[in-house]
Amino acid sequence: MNRFAELLDRLAYEPGRNNKLRLLAGYFREVGDPDRGYALAALTGALSFKHAKPALIRDLIASRTDEVLFGLSYDYVGDLSETVALMWPRAALAAHNNPPPPTLTEVVTTLRTLGKTELPKQLERWLDELDETGRWALLKLVTGALRIGISARLAKTAAAALGDKDPHEVELIWPGLSPPYLDLFAWLEGRGEKPVNRDPAPFRPVMLAHAIEDGDFASLDPADYVAEWKWDGIRVQAVAGRDERGQITPRLYSRTGEDITGSFPDLVPSLRLPGAIDGELLILREGRVQSFNVLQQRLNRKVVSLRLIKEFPIHLRAYDLLGDDENDLRELPFAERRERLETFVAKLGDPRIDLSPTVDFASWDALTAARADPASAGAGADADAVEGVMLKRRDAPYLPGRPKGPWWKWKRDPHIIDAVLMYAQRGHGKRSSYYSDYTFGVWTETENGDELVPVGKAYFGFTDEELLQIDRFVRRNTTEKFGPVRHVVHEGDKGLVLEVAFEGLQRSPRHRSGVAMRFPRISRLRWDKPPREADRLETLERMLKADESLPTIKVAGSADGH
Amino acid sequence: MRPQDILLPTADGLCCRPGKFHIDPIRPVERAVITHGHSDHARAGHGAVLATQETLDMMRLRYGENFAGSTQTISYGEEIRLGDTSVKFHPAGHVLGSAQIAVTCNGTCIVASGDYKDAPDPTCVPFELVPCDVFITEATFGLPVFRHGDAADEVNKLLASVALFPERAHLVGAYSLGKAQRVIALLRQAGYDAPIYLHGAMESITHYYQSRGIDLGELRPVMGVKKAALAGTITLAPPSATSDIWTRRFPDPVTAFASGWMRVRARARQRGIELPLVISDHADWDGLTATITATGAGEIWVTHGQEDALVHWCKSRGLRAQPLDLVGYGEEEESETPVQGEAEA
Repeated sequence: MNRFAELLDRLAYEPGRNNKLRLLAGYFREVGDPDRGYALAALTGALSFKHAKPALIRDLIASRTDEVLFGLSYDYVGDLSETVALMWPRAALAAHNNPPPPTLTEVVTTLRTLGKTELPKQLERWLDELDETGRWALLKLVTGALRIGISARLAKTAAAALGDKDPHEVELIWPGLSPPYLDLFAWLEGRGEKPVNRDPAPFRPVMLAHAIEDGDFASLDPADYVAEWKWDGIRVQAVAGRDERGQITPRLYSRTGEDITGSFPDLVPSLRLPGAIDGELLILREGRVQSFNVLQQRLNRKVVSLRLIKEFPIHLRAYDLLGDDENDLRELPFAERRERLETFVAKLGDPRIDLSPTVDFASWDALTAARADPASAGAGADADAVEGVMLKRRDAPYLPGRPKGPWWKWKRDPHIIDAVLMYAQRGHGKRSSYYSDYTFGVWTETENGDELVPVGKAYFGFTDEELLQIDRFVRRNTTEKFGPVRHVVHEGDKGLVLEVAFEGLQRSPRHRSGVAMRFPRISRLRWDKPPREADRLETLERMLKADESLPTIKVAGSADGH
Repeated sequence: MRPQDILLPTADGLCCRPGKFHIDPIRPVERAVITHGHSDHARAGHGAVLATQETLDMMRLRYGENFAGSTQTISYGEEIRLGDTSVKFHPAGHVLGSAQIAVTCNGTCIVASGDYKDAPDPTCVPFELVPCDVFITEATFGLPVFRHGDAADEVNKLLASVALFPERAHLVGAYSLGKAQRVIALLRQAGYDAPIYLHGAMESITHYYQSRGIDLGELRPVMGVKKAALAGTITLAPPSATSDIWTRRFPDPVTAFASGWMRVRARARQRGIELPLVISDHADWDGLTATITATGAGEIWVTHGQEDALVHWCKSRGLRAQPLDLVGYGEEEESETPVQGEAEA
């Protein structure tokens, strides 16, 4: 476990992809089975055991340390697992006769079978046996929060490098493999046959798009691209395959490969032709696509009742075909896949599955117009569920991951206002000890003349360098402290103006200003602008009126289709 | 006599009225008694300065010959009468020449420990425990999450990385006064005998250490060395330089930072550090609490750093404790601008 922890620790700090690969490959080479297999599983998110709740970790540390000291430490470090790992008091055991620290295999296999009541004691034993880094990794693992900037793809690529194999090959057989991947490592090291994927309906890792920026267009030729609407739904992969007896196995996957077939039994009968469709899950009522808010009411339900199915009829809007019966189409150019898709959907002839239409455009100006007004550019009544356009290169194969260039997403323009920083609070996690959560306000007329009224909170959008600058500004311009919150100077000629971008506005009786922003983020620091020149509440009121005639745009954190 | 009649925090720094002097004053005063050479403690412009030979030399190096009206050298263990008080210097183990200052007046002894550490350091005289009535302790790492471990292990981590990435340069951020020389000495203790490269800003202070008989092996200025020749080497630089365009002269550098702050991952990540090395010249939580207990002092004054936690701990042990409201320390180190709130450490 300590060796695995050491790897995680180093990976967490290493920004370079190639260096990460070297560290990973070095680990796979150095560490034997089955530890390395469980490490690969941990890094690819393939481990399954019941995760420990943060409350359990809090109880453990409370039993060993002073409550006030823990509180101050947690406030400083900002991460529960790390705080506990660092301040866990060394066990009072004698130096000799200490059990050796657990191996990763021991931890993983024990967690799989351990009863809930036995977990606290077991964790305590392990925490006593491990060092600081080991404790940190253990706590991250058991709480299911192992985020260290490694994609599953990167971990598989490092494994593939062990046998000089193409990572794509590992990717193709991956859905049929399970931890600790003895067969995979045997093949990679030339000691065994290539494992065969016997899953009749495997998940294919998805291809993702980059957000396009103004500067990107100059180097792109409209003729090279096909445009589609970007639907405000959920990206899914609908796969059907024949098992050994020739029976069709239908399966619906989320963009991360999670099997969500059970949540959409109403779509299953439509997946009767062997193939793999990449598309958007939507709710259709009387042929019209409903907003994401409507779709959301159908998601994350434990029980899918008949009523739910009837009220929220599910629909798949197809935009790519990755497999057609036995044929893997991913190497084909998009234009060819699109043709195959059209044939496939026509052959299927199912009302629940239709084609996502392409958007005709001859120039970027034409596309800009279509994006601004999807209703008159072909989306018609479905325009409410369009959140932008997608651009796909005609000649691009289907590449897992987020390659830059072949696919772009172009969302609708966000709103922008200039607001004044009013309060700041220290962040958590990476931002601990930095003032990184900002409450900002705009001017409004009151009995006492113009005053700032808070209109929102933002905690991202700025660069690391800007974070440092704001943090410094906050510390030097604090007028009052209330616990973790600092009042920052905000007067007509003293204060910091923040350019805030957001996706939409809503009326909100809970906010003093009467409006709430969706997805606000800091887009620029306006050191040049005196606070008195920041925007006024009236500006937001105007935007709100304009917004109310627009479709609902989804909130931060919701599933992003592309 | 109450302890606060002997030493009192003022806007100028810690003031001793019966002795008519200030300890580590942050503004020019008539008579200053200085614990050590870091710029937040040793400032220019005082009338008279009392400090160890090394501290005075470091001030001269930084501020020039005329940094004070007059100077007086004092050795560890030496006692001097100042006004109605007697003042004695004891090693603080922080950096070369660093001292704790024991002030005794009417039978009450207060020790102002400045910055200190109880961990071994090949570049300075070890910390000496001074029994006293009131102990003034720093609290830079005054939280139980700060446990520094063995600095030799951290240096081994650096050497392991040099072995894993022989084609990359390793750039170690370290405060120019004290930390840099300690890291070099630790590398030599670990058996690393290749030349070690220095950023220009730390050459003179490092040479001063060598002139005081501290063996640091072969050192070379990094200036003018060809990029390719720096593959597989180790260079020491001020922390601010490691994120500067200055680093472009190195082949794919691995950025390390030797500091107690590196114990907390967010700190390392915010600075873009790839190889955090937990090496501190300040006492860690265990060191602070052990030292406080061992002084036998019944009253503890806690200054610069995480005062709250340490005051709470003292009180829970039945000691009288209060935060000492001193400003101006731990906020700057030489010409560097560390991340706000992050002291030289």
